[in-house]
This record gives sequence, structure tokens and C-alpha cells, in this order.
Amino acid sequence: MTARILVLLVALAGLPAAAATTDWPMQSMEPDLHDKPSLQRGLGLYVNYCLACHSLRFQRYERTADDLGIPHELFLENLVFTGQKIGGLMATSMPEEEAKAWFGARPPDLTMVARVRGEEWLYNYLKTFYLDPTRPFGVNNKVFENVGMPHVMMDLQGVQREVCRGFKPVDLLDGESVIVAEPEPHCFLEVEEGSGSFSAGEFDDAVYDLVNFLYYVGEPTRLERERLGVYVLLFLGLLFVFAYLLNREYWKDVH
Amino acid sequence: MAESNAPAPGRLTGPLRRLVAWLDERMPLTETIEYHATKYYAPKNFNFWYYFGVLALVVFAIQILSGIWLTMSYVPSGDGAFASVEYIMRDVEYGWLIRYLHSTGASAFFLVIYLHMFRALAYGSYRAPRELLWLIGMAIYLVMMAEGFFGYVLTWGNMSFWAAQVIVSLAGAIPFVGPELMEWIRGDYGMSEITLNRFFALHVVALPLALAGLVFLHMVALHHVGSNNPEGVDIKKHKDPQGVPLDGIPFHPYYTVHDFMATVAFLILFCAIVFFAPEMFGYFIEKPNFEEADPLKTPEHIAPVWYYTPFYAMLRATTFPLFGLSAKFWGLIVMAAAIVIPAILPWLDRGKVKSIRYKGLLSRLMLAMLVVSFVVLGYLGTIPPSPTATAAAQVFTVLYFAYFLLMPWYSRVDRTRPVPDRIP
Repeated sequence: MTARILVLLVALAGLPAAAATTDWPMQSMEPDLHDKPSLQRGLGLYVNYCLACHSLRFQRYERTADDLGIPHELFLENLVFTGQKIGGLMATSMPEEEAKAWFGARPPDLTMVARVRGEEWLYNYLKTFYLDPTRPFGVNNKVFENVGMPHVMMDLQGVQREVCRGFKPVDLLDGESVIVAEPEPHCFLEVEEGSGSFSAGEFDDAVYDLVNFLYYVGEPTRLERERLGVYVLLFLGLLFVFAYLLNREYWKDVH
Repeated sequence: MAESNAPAPGRLTGPLRRLVAWLDERMPLTETIEYHATKYYAPKNFNFWYYFGVLALVVFAIQILSGIWLTMSYVPSGDGAFASVEYIMRDVEYGWLIRYLHSTGASAFFLVIYLHMFRALAYGSYRAPRELLWLIGMAIYLVMMAEGFFGYVLTWGNMSFWAAQVIVSLAGAIPFVGPELMEWIRGDYGMSEITLNRFFALHVVALPLALAGLVFLHMVALHHVGSNNPEGVDIKKHKDPQGVPLDGIPFHPYYTVHDFMATVAFLILFCAIVFFAPEMFGYFIEKPNFEEADPLKTPEHIAPVWYYTPFYAMLRATTFPLFGLSAKFWGLIVMAAAIVIPAILPWLDRGKVKSIRYKGLLSRLMLAMLVVSFVVLGYLGTIPPSPTATAAAQVFTVLYFAYFLLMPWYSRVDRTRPVPDRIP
């Protein structure tokens, strides 16, 4: 019996924590909510490239403007194209019926996409669109296979293709892989030089800003929450000192 | 007869004394305070484990208060529920704080209750004369499980929706009446606004009322029989000439200052989560729940919140049909049995001593095994099913039940140590 439990415990240790959704080697992404210019650029990109199809229907223009430090007048002039009021929700003007006809389904609302998918996933997703003539929009994605979305930022990034050259490097320390009969081809994504208006570095920064903005929209109160939390914990910490001393005073005579 | 016979209201003076005297003539104010606090004698040797009762009260208060404020802005409708939660998170002043207090409170409630129950197992607090106290506590636990489930559905996130779908469909596995019962619970052919509305009614009115009533009874029963203690000895056996237990101290002020300190310590941990990790890495608020309920989009992997996962693992571990009844039905039976079986502990334990401190190695090992089984099953309930995980869950389900079903035997043969007459 004990042996069986032990075997099971050992087996348990090897269980995967969660099913992986993609085997693409993810680049990390650290959001920075204090970087207001980045959030503002991200908002600009969102309004110009995403909002036509993807609503942020839980977020108000006003909140976004205030949190990102943009004056209301400026915001309305440059970022609200649909004649909405500053207190309105950031809805899309795309009619639902037509959206279904064009894309097969209504493009999802993205208010909380960063909380559902995670910022790292988004960052890699937006960077890994590549040409694939078999897909309806002519592009496929490495992180979200067969996604039903066109590569809307292609004019910025340029034309990206999957190229296979040579073979995957074999790890000589790992005994098994030395005797691989058919080595896997070494494939990667490559952007056609000069085909986009941004350089690779500029595009990476743009995607970073956009994802940073989505991270903010997912939970706009995050900075306020953490700011307030510090004071709450400081107060409770101080209160604990007095609670501890009071308790010690009373319990002195209990033996 | 204007002068009162009521007990003199302590050291009060002046108008306050007259006010209390006036009240005492008309209701048992001082008497009640004395009975439950200033002359309620608790054993002087409470340790760390004895904080969780009062902490459960604290969390209950947090849930009631934050719940009232959430209800002010929540919309219990199929179209409005999810949006109203985000409205609370974004547009209501400090709505995010109220919501995180409530969502973190739910997990904290279960954590505190599980530790409270562990204390009772370790020190034999369920044994005579505290059987009724234990049964009332078990009733609180059952109501809490229902309360937590209904509340979880109200956010109308996609995981809430599908988890509710799975749980309600369990009723469908009951032979003969299953499908009709399922419809009756949902009030519809599928999970819908009708279901959401009744869950809302149960979550905000019916079950909190039941909880408050049961908690009151729990306290009444506790203060009638008196608290157990880590030694498991009866402090009422040795009293001074005034009838005060020699090893007892008045609950107020000794345990009020003690519990206040513990409450502040608890709030530090609680607020650290509320303010810095309210999702608790997907354990308190799951990622798919940031997506609105969608009957056409099943999440990749459906799992309940952590506090139900030990039982969920047992449900999934039951994989074989028996006597012509489906495996799902037996899973339901196993799960229900696992939840309620602690209720009969007072009649399973045949040991001569109450506390683990004087029990033998056998009892200690069995308790350790129960804790390990519960934690491992809790983990197994969070991961997607696999043959290894199912096999492991089966073994630990058996071990979980072994703690209870073998107790009449091992508690009797176990070698116990002599219990001191008084608290050392």
C-alpha cells in the first residue's frame, strides 16, 4: 500500500500544471502603468487600428482620458470619431449583423482581454501574423492558429513570412536527440525588408505600447489599488503593534 | 417597585449607569453581556488554532457588509449581470475595493472554516457534550457551500456559467427524477436568466439569513457547554468557591484583546491579497471569468474554485457504473458523502481521550493522512483529468474516507496517554 502511494506521489510530481495552448517560444512582456507616454501611444494605436471592430464596452472615454492625463478637449478632437460624449463607453460603431457577415462572428470586446489571455500572450500574438495564402485573410498566426482576424497592422510591421532554413540545432548534451533520424527544419518569421513603415524595433515598441494600454484597460484601478494598499497595510501594521502591546498587558497576570 | 433587581451595571457611574439600569429593567442587557463575555469563562490555554472561530465571524461580517454594497449596483439579469460587475469595478466609487473584498472574502471564509474544522478534529471538540455544537457547525458549512456556489454564478462570467452548468447537471444523474429535477432547479431548460435570478435571491436573502441564524445557534450552544481546549480536559470539574473554573479566564477582556490582535494580523494578510493579488494567480478569480457567459463557448478546462476542488476530484474519481446506475450518479453520491460524513464524527470516535496531544501514533497518522488527502485532492481537482490524476484521486478518496470509516476501530485500539486532571 505504502509503495503504491509513493509511486503515485512520484507520478503526481510530473503532472503538467495546465495544458499549454501554444508551443511558440513566447517573448516576455512587462507592462508599466507608470509609463504614461507609452499608454497614450497605445491608446492612439488602439483607436486607429482596433476600435473600429473591437469595442471596449466597459470602459469610458472620460476615465481613459483622466487616467492617461489627456485633456478632454484634446481627447474628443483627436480620438473620438463617432460624435460620442466624453462620458460614453468606448463602443464600436460596427453594426453587429455586418460584423458577422464579414468575419463570421462579431469581433470580441477587448476590455478584459489582457486579464483573460495575459499580456505576454497578447504581445506575442500581435507580432506573429505571417503570410498564409490558405487563410481567408491571407495571414495566419503563430500564437492563435487559424485566427479569423486580418493582420491590421501590416502597414506598420510589413510583410512577414515563415522561412525555414537548415535544421534545428541539436542539443548534444541531451543523449536522445543525437540519434534523431530526421532533424526538424529550423523555421522562423522574417519580415520583408522595407515593406512596413516601422523598423522591427519600432514595431516591437508599438506592440508593447498597445499591449500596455490593454493591460491598463483590463483593470484601470490597478495603480490606485496598489497605492491605497500601501497605506492600508501601514495602518494595520501600526494597529497590530498596539493590539499586541494591549494583549501583552492584559495577559501578564494569567499563569 | 421602581428600584431594579437587575445586576448592578459594573463600574459605571452617573447618567450612563442610570441608562443601563433603565435598560436592564426592560431587557437582560447586563445579564447577557456577563453570560457571553465578562463572566463566560474560557480555558486559559487557547492556542493559535482557536483564532479561527472569531476570524470566521470577522469574515462573515466582511461578506455581509461588502455584499450589501455590491447589491446596490449589481444587476441580476442575463444581459446586465456581467456588465454590472465591471460597472462596479470601474464606475462605482471604490467599487473595485468592495468587489475584491467580497471575492477575497469568499476564499478567506473557506480557508478559515477549514482550519476551524481541523482544530475540532485535532482536539476532539466534536465529542460529548459538544455533538450538537458540531452538528450546527456542519449545517453552517453546508449552507456556506451553497452560498459560495450561488455567489460564484452571479458574476455571470464564462467559467461561472459552465461550472454552474456542470454542478446543476449532477442532479440530472439521479435516477428517474434527474432530468425533471434539473429543470426544476434551473427553472428553465438550460442555464438562463431565470436561474440567475433565483440564485441571486438565494444568495442575498435566503442563505445569509440561514447562516446568521445558524451562527447564532452555534454561539448559544458553545456558550452553554463551554469551549474545549488543546488539552481536551473539562475545566468545569475544578471550580473555586464562587463557582469560577480554576483554569478559566473571563472571555472579556482576556480573549477579546487576544482575538483583536489576531483579527488585525488576519486583516494584514487579507488586505495584502485584496490590494496586491486579488486574483490570487487565478485561484480566487479565474481568468475565464473575465469573459462573459457564453452558452456556445465551453472553456477548455472547467474547474470549480479551490475550496470545492477536493470534492470535485472525488466526483471525477468515481469512474465506474454500479448496480445499473451511472458513474456520474455514484460520483454525486461519493461527493455528497464526503461533504457530510464529518457530521457523524461524534459517534465514530470511540477513543478514551479527546485531544490529539494524548492520542497515540495511530490517530495522529490518520489525521495527517486526512490532511494530505484533502490537500492532494484539492490540487487534483484543479488540473485537467488524466489517467494518472484519476488513479491518484481514487487512492486519496479511499484514504479520505478511511479516516472516518476506520475511526471506530483505530480510535479504540490506539494507545492513549493519561490525561491530566487540570490544565498543566
